[in-house]
This record gives sequence, structure tokens and C-alpha cells, in this order.
Amino acid sequence: MTAVTDEILSFDEAMEKYDPVLGFEVHVELNTKTKMFSAAPNIFGDEPNTAISPVDLGLPGVLPVVNKAAVEYSIMIGLALNCKIAESCFFARKNYFYPDTPKNFQTSQYEDPICYDGYLDIELEDGEVFRVEIERAHMEEDAGKLTHMGGATGRIQGAEYSLVDYNRAGVPLVEIVTKPIVGAGSRAPELAKAYVAAIREIVKNLGVSDARMERGNVRCDANVSLMPKGTSTFGTRSETKNVNSLRSVERAVRFEIQRHAAVLDSGAKVTQETRHWHEDTRTTTSGRPKSDADDYRYFPEPDLVPVVTTPEWIEELRSRLPEPPAERRKKLKAAWGYSDAEFRDVLNAGVMDAIEETIAAGASAAVARKWWMGEISRRAKEAEVDPVDVGVTPELVVELDKLVQAGKINDKLARQVLDGVLAGEGTPEEVIAKRGLAVVSDDGPLLEAIDAALAAQPDVAEKIRGGKVQAAGAIVGGVMKATRGQADAGRVRELIFERLGVQG
Amino acid sequence: MTELIRNSAARLAELLAAKEVSSVEVTQAHLDRIAEVDGSVNAFLHVNTEEALAVAADVDKARAAGEDLPVLAGVPIAIKDLIVTVGQPTTAGSKILEGWMSPYDATVIKKIRAAKMPMLGKTNLDEFAMGSSTEHSAYGPTRNPWDLDRIPGGSGGGSAAAVAAFEAPLALGTDTGGSIRQPASVTGSVGVKPTYGGVSRYGAIAMASSLDQIGPVSRTVLDSALLHEVIGGHDPHDSTSLTDPVGALAEAARNGDVRGLRIGVVRELQGEGYDAGVQERFDESLELLRGAGAEIVEVSCPNFRYALGAYYLIMPSEASSNLAKFDGVRYGQRVLPTDGPLTIERVMGATRAAGFGDEVKRRIILGTYALSAGYYDAYYGSAQKVRTLVQRDFDAAFAQADVLISPTAPTTAFKLGEKLDDPLAMYLNDVATIPANLAGVPGISVPGGLADGLPVGIQFLAPAREDARLYRVGHVLESLLEEKWGGPLLAQVPDLSASTAETMSGAN
Amino acid sequence: MSEINREAVAHLARLAHIEMTDAELDRMAGELDVIVDSIKSVQEAAGDDVPATSHPIPLTNVFREDVVGETLTNEQALSGAPDSADGRFKVPAILDEE
Ligand SMILES: [Mg+2]
Ligand SMILES: [Zn+2]
Repeated sequence: MTAVTDEILSFDEAMEKYDPVLGFEVHVELNTKTKMFSAAPNIFGDEPNTAISPVDLGLPGVLPVVNKAAVEYSIMIGLALNCKIAESCFFARKNYFYPDTPKNFQTSQYEDPICYDGYLDIELEDGEVFRVEIERAHMEEDAGKLTHMGGATGRIQGAEYSLVDYNRAGVPLVEIVTKPIVGAGSRAPELAKAYVAAIREIVKNLGVSDARMERGNVRCDANVSLMPKGTSTFGTRSETKNVNSLRSVERAVRFEIQRHAAVLDSGAKVTQETRHWHEDTRTTTSGRPKSDADDYRYFPEPDLVPVVTTPEWIEELRSRLPEPPAERRKKLKAAWGYSDAEFRDVLNAGVMDAIEETIAAGASAAVARKWWMGEISRRAKEAEVDPVDVGVTPELVVELDKLVQAGKINDKLARQVLDGVLAGEGTPEEVIAKRGLAVVSDDGPLLEAIDAALAAQPDVAEKIRGGKVQAAGAIVGGVMKATRGQADAGRVRELIFERLGVQG
Repeated sequence: MTELIRNSAARLAELLAAKEVSSVEVTQAHLDRIAEVDGSVNAFLHVNTEEALAVAADVDKARAAGEDLPVLAGVPIAIKDLIVTVGQPTTAGSKILEGWMSPYDATVIKKIRAAKMPMLGKTNLDEFAMGSSTEHSAYGPTRNPWDLDRIPGGSGGGSAAAVAAFEAPLALGTDTGGSIRQPASVTGSVGVKPTYGGVSRYGAIAMASSLDQIGPVSRTVLDSALLHEVIGGHDPHDSTSLTDPVGALAEAARNGDVRGLRIGVVRELQGEGYDAGVQERFDESLELLRGAGAEIVEVSCPNFRYALGAYYLIMPSEASSNLAKFDGVRYGQRVLPTDGPLTIERVMGATRAAGFGDEVKRRIILGTYALSAGYYDAYYGSAQKVRTLVQRDFDAAFAQADVLISPTAPTTAFKLGEKLDDPLAMYLNDVATIPANLAGVPGISVPGGLADGLPVGIQFLAPAREDARLYRVGHVLESLLEEKWGGPLLAQVPDLSASTAETMSGAN
Repeated sequence: MSEINREAVAHLARLAHIEMTDAELDRMAGELDVIVDSIKSVQEAAGDDVPATSHPIPLTNVFREDVVGETLTNEQALSGAPDSADGRFKVPAILDEE
């Protein structure tokens, strides 16, 4: 656990006194087939240190060569963000030592980003639109992955040693940097989440990134500073790293606003520093203050030559852009027949894509919505994660639904089957078999249970005989209890009426 | 087989093609020579006996079977140990890479293999190619075959000395500020820095990416041309590689002719700072060329006086970044701090402190300084502007002359240790070679005779992509001088096998 | 004397991750001072109107098609590693977070 030492002010009080200024650096991993500067495959989750070429390991003598697709994807992102595309730009070296950085410099862009001066209109939950200005979107490469060993929590603090896997080193990144975002007021946390969600949606829609935040395809650094109300000079900012879910983005921004407010209220100064977000405590902790070690000694990458764009090339790329997400949303809503409220809930829950995939996998629009907005969202809330991070795949939803449709299980049992699948007990079929969850469909045992229930409650039986069919619920309940929920409630009802000779 | 090793590569290729000798014989003769003299010369850091003989045997077999073979098939070659090779260690002359085996071949090594040239081994150099005397090698200095108490130049002193001592007919070098041409000059051999981008840099351990270039080292101009044709050409692994075809360089050497050729004497690359003996040989060469029909003109390159300063900002800046990867994490030596906490930062600091020599550290710190916040514009930025001015000087000069000429180095080989404690004096050795690297133009050094018994080099420079001109004019001067000397300059090199024993005893 | 003193060199050595003793720092400061003095004339050479040259032979748009090429095996990747475990490079604890 992380020690919490920072005082915070209540959000409402903070908002009464201060105006927040936000800024975001969002890193998007591109889904090109190969890396930014080498022909090694860009794949996720391979055996460590196998998806690498000599270039990705920074071996002596190696040289980078730019992946054309990565440049084109970057330009496409820029166009989708309403950016200008540089006529000419170059790569630069950002020099710093860190063991996940094979050359001890990152090849990035500094003075001349490929995309600059854009904007994105962000629609908040209630339909209000907020314009976020984009300063730049530049190309760079990802670092390798460190695993910290020997410590208590797998964290860097207290670790005895670390292991480095360079498979991710050299994966193409586009870093999207906003201009300072002023004027969001108390909606700042909400805007933060909506902004990152919008970026994720755009790059996914473009097909240039898998955009899975849980895999780090989209990663957000959030800058927060406060200005006393009525003033317009930016305060000192903190940069919170490692905010890698939509929910965390919102919470981290909210927390930092509250923390800054407390610092300023106490008469102290905010330190310019890197902060780390901890989902477990929902707090940030101090990382590293800005220091003279942050002298990155940028200079033009001498092993690469400038990238020059032509209007024809840019127009060709523009013609490849798919319809924008807003339009896509309109289409999906119509196709699925959801009401305005239903669709907004779907969007807010971040499950539109999941529903689309579930429908594509064979479910009806209604069933897909029922699962994602119902059981899966409930579990997400419980676990405090996003619904898409619960671990339920569209295919699993379809499979469960098929089993329900076939009468093999009912909705209640389906939830238990889901428990089993998520607990790693196997496929739904296997879980049903292992846990003995199948709906009792043989009337024999049911009739026995019905007779027993009727005998136990003769007064109720009498009421039903007299035409009070709604009283059957008590008998159904008794039967369900006796069969530990494994009976098909509908069939039980039918059998009760049959038994008592009344019309249901 | 002493006579065999005195043949040029071109002659060896003829003998091999005519099956008068086998590649195994040629290769073994050179291996024998290495065994005989390298104890005193120290040109080789690694001798690749087994593989060289195996490749030679393959070539002999293929030739016996009547296969069509590349021109230099079976002719052995030595490789500067800055170029990575599978199957042989690559050290860059540094302790930090001691024992390191590359899992991949440099592009030029792939080409050498495709050309079926047996690799004799890896040659000594100043650590990471930083130096002009090969004294900055972590594995001891290489000695000049003309005088074992003197430096063979640097950084490619090992390749130049190997060729001059008849340990190899050919070698590969790298030239960032003169590291092929200056050693050629002081050892009486031939060295060529091709047009930047003419030869792939993939697999050459980078010192300064925008200046480095791999090139041939040999005893004759034609041999360099033949080797240049093997290693040149476009490489998709090097983004700065030119797409131009290599060109008919050997043919240019064979058809050398200077009649009507305008040769520009660079006013700023002679006179003050140049030894009288060097100047004499230089003037002699000019006269010979004039006599052969060349038109000698004088050109001025006023900004060359800033070239050395610009070079000593750009080179260390790029080097400081290029050498950051040597940190004891992925390959090479790792040194643990002797006390205090064991963290990766401290391991990196201790590894680099122990693994790098003084000159490397000096350049890394200088480069770090030139790039650091607040100094970038004044130093790195200004140096890159000087580069523009130097290019403009070249453009203007090449408008008046087809090739330029100068002494390759201001002095002949100096004594080992003489300039070791004076970095600035050491840096001045490259004053005539550096402008070519800044502008990317090609240059050649050919032997120009002796001054006080030590070789003097004559440098020709040509416009970018006009490497052929160097071979044309270089071969003419070589022929004119050899006619005068009655044979190659290296025929006059002292007999090393005789002098080995006594000189070794006096070695420091 | 220019601005390169022992403290400045110590800062540069930290940036460059090279441990240096006080004696080394002093010696290096002296040497660098001489070198920088002798090369700083580059600042006078060019005016604002002179563009910088970072590549001697100007090229643009040198790209690679997005096609998978050769990779190293895990054994090749780790073959030169000073220390490794579980197919990965092993390094001592990292204290300074990036
Ligand atoms: Mg950033
Ligand atoms: Zn970044």
C-alpha cells in the first residue's frame, strides 16, 4: 500500500476557490505490423525478448529505418484531430539513461512534430460540447517493459532487482499533447475522462491502434494546476503518470485538484513534479521533482533523414479516413433501436464497442445491452473497473445467451456459470457440468417438488384452485428453493396449474 | 612464400583466377606473416585462422569446380574492429566490449562474405575510433611498420599497419575525421573515405553518425577501387545510404588520366603547421601532376579554419549519445560499484567509468556539454552552421577545380607517447582530413614519398558522388611516383622480421 | 578560463552516467577548458542567415515498408548479457523513477 500523506480539500470547496487548468499527454501505440524503426513484429504478449531485432536491443552498430505505415498512421491521427500536417519534420534524440530504453535515448520528435495546431470537440454526458485544443501529435518509440522482483508488491520501491523485456521497445507511438485547457471548472474531471475516451475512440475507429487501455495501448499523463478564481496566471503544475483507465483519469484529475487546493490553501507552493496514480488508494504520490537530470539534450537524429509531406500524400491519407465516431454512433444507435437514454448510458459505460462486437458475434441488440449494462456493469462497479475490463468477452456473452435460449440454464444460473468461467473453471459447458448447474427439465423430480410444496401450503393451493393464479408465486418459490434454483421457473408454473387443473 | 604477400590484391586475384596459387596458400601466407610480425606491430586484436582458411578452401573448391567467382574471391582481408562480425569478437578497442560477440553481421561484412574474401581477423584502433594514433586502444598501441617507436596513425592504425606490414593485402577502415586517410598517410598505404552514404554504415559501431564512413585500406589505388566496389552500394538498413550505383571505380583507376584535369590546391591546407618535409613532398607531387598535363589552380576555403572547431563539437555531441548504450545492461562488461548501495544507476556509472578510457570520457563529457541546456545554440548549433559554410567553400572550390589536393596530414608519424597528454596537439593531426567529413565529400590518401625516412600522404578530394575521380587521379600520381622511385613506396619499408626482436626489447 | 569548472564537469558526468573521482573531475575540467577555448570560435563563424546542416548529403523520406523481417532468438538476444533470468535482462534495483 501507498502511504497517504497529502491533505486534500473537498472538491466542492476547491471549486469555489480555484479554477483548474488541465493538460494531457496521451501516448497511443500504433498497431502497425512492425516497429517504428525496425522490421521486428509489433505484437503483444509474446515470449520475452523474442519480438526484437538488433535495432530494438540497441546493439552496437545498428541503425534505425522509419516505418512508412507508422508515419501514415500518425498523419491520419493528426487529420482526425483537425491538425495541420508539417511540410517537413525530423526526428530527434531525447537523451536519458533508463534500463528499459535500449539506446539510452528515445528517438522522438522535438522542434518539429509531424502534426500540430489541432482541436477536438468533446461531448460531455449531458450533451455539452467542449473544445480541447491540440498543441501537437508527434511520432516516437515505446520503451521495453520492466518487471520489479523481490519487493513486496511488484513495485519499484523495495525491489531487489528488475527484469527487462525489450519486446515493446520500438513499438510506434504517437504522443498527443493538448494546449492548456482552461474553463472546464468543476467539470474538469469529467472532461478529462471524456477527452481520453474520445482519443481512444478516434484511434480505434481509424484502425491505427488497438486502443486497449488495459494493455497500455493508450496511456495518459495528466497535468493539473490551479488558478485562484478571478485570476488568469497558471499555477505550478503536477504531471500524474500511469493513469491508464478512463475511470482513473477522472479520479486522478479530481484528486490532484483537491490536493493542489489544499496545498494552496495552506499557503504553501505546489511543487513541480511527477506524481504517480494508485488505483488502490485512489491517490497520487510524489514521484520525482523536476531536476537538472531532466536535461534531455535533444538534437536532430543524425541516423534518420527528414520526413517531407506533399499535399497529394496528405489528401490520399485523408481519403482513407473512416467516418468520424460521432457519425458512427448515430448509425449504431439507429441500427440497434436503443432509446436516447439507453444509448447515452451505453456510451457512459464505455461499452458501445463491446456491444457492437457482441452483436457481431451473434447476439441480438437487446441481449447484448442486457448483459453489458446489467450483469457485467454490476460486476464492474463491484470490482471498481471498467465493464470492458471485467474479463467477459463478447463471445462468452453470446455463448451464455445461447445456453439460456436453449433452456439449458436460466438467467440466474447464467450468472453462476459466469462466476465459474471467470474463476477459470473452464468453458460454460464445463462449469455447468462441474457445478451441476443445469436446469432441471425432467418433469419427474419437479412434480415431486411441486406436490411437496402444495402439501406444505394447502391454503395457497386452495387459493390457486379458486382462480388466484398470482398466488402460484409462493409455490414456485418453494419449488425453486427445493431444487436449489435449478428448475426452470416457467415450467414449474405450468406444472402447478396443470396439477391443480386451472388455466394459467 | 614471402613474395606472395608482397602482391597487391589485384595481382593476387589474377594469380588465383589463373590457378597459379590457391586461396589457402595466399591466406596461410598472410596468417604466417601475422604470426611472424604482429607480436611487434600489434595490428590485430583477433586472428580468425580457422574461418579464414575454411573460406579459402571453399573458394579453391569452387574454382576447381569451374564456378563463376567474384573478382576478389579468395583474396584475404582484415577488418577494423569497429565493424561487427558474427563468429569473431568485436571490441571497438574498448574494455567495455571485451569478449563481446555480435549476433549479427554488418552490411559490409555480408558483402565481404558474398565476395568470398577470407577474413584474417580484426584490427586494432583507438577506443571507439577516437584518436589519431591508435594509442587510445584498451589493448595496447599498434606500431608503425616504418618505425616501431612511432604511431601508425589513427584511429585505424591497425588496418593501415596490417596492410603496410604485408599482414593483409586489404583492410576495412572507418573514417569520421580522417581515421582511414591519416593512418594511410603515415604508413605509406592507400586509404579512401567514400562519399557519405556511399558505403552502408549498418554494423559499424557509431562514433559520429553524420560523419562516419567505412572505406577501403590497401597498398595500391586500384586495390582500394576493387574493394570499394565490393562494399559500396545502397543498403536499406541505413537511412543515409545513397541509392546511386557504386560506379566503375576500378576502371577509373585503370584508366587514370589527368590531362586537362583542374587540380585545386587548397590555400588553407598547407603552409603554417605543416612540416617542411611534408610540404616538399607535396610540392613535388604537384609538379609531377602538372607535368602529366593537369592544370594546377589555387582555391581558397576560408571557412576551413572553423572546421576543426565544428568537428570537435559535432563529433563528441553525436558520440556522447551514440555511446550511451554501453551501460552494462544488455551486453558488454558490467562493473559493480565498490561500495555503497547497488542500484542500476550506480552500476551504469561504475561500468562506464571502468569500461571507457580517458579520451572516450573526454569526448563524451565534451559532447554532453555542447548539447546541454543553455549551450546547444552556441556550440552544437553554431557548429552545424559552420558545416553549411564548409560545404559552400567546397561548392565554390569545385566550381574552379575538378579535384582538390592537399597533404593528408600536417606531419609524418610522431613518436608513441609524444602527444598522448596533449589532446589539442593530437586533434590537429586531422586538420586536413576533417573538412571532407563535415561536407560528406570523398577523399583518398596516396603515398607521396618519404620525409626523413617516414611516409608522407597526399590527399585528393572530389565532389560528393564523384569518388571515381579520386581513383583516376590517385592512380596517376601513384604511377608517376612509383616510376620515380623504381617501385612502390612500401618496397622501402624496413624488414620487420629482422628488426622485431631488438625493437621489442626497447618497447615501452 | 571559461565556465567549465569541477562542478560543471560533475554535473556533466552525472548526465553521462560516468562516475569520476575528484581528481578526475579536476583534470577533466582543466582539459575541457582548454579544448572549449580553442573551438569556441565557431560561434563567430556564421550569422543568423546561415542555415544549419545536420546531414552532409541531404535526403528525405527514406522509409521501410511495414513488413516483418528477421528477428533475434531469445538466446541470441541474451547471448551478450552480463546477467539474465527468465529470458530477460537482469539489472539491480532501480531507484530513480522516470
Ligand atoms: Mg511526455
Ligand atoms: Zn512520449
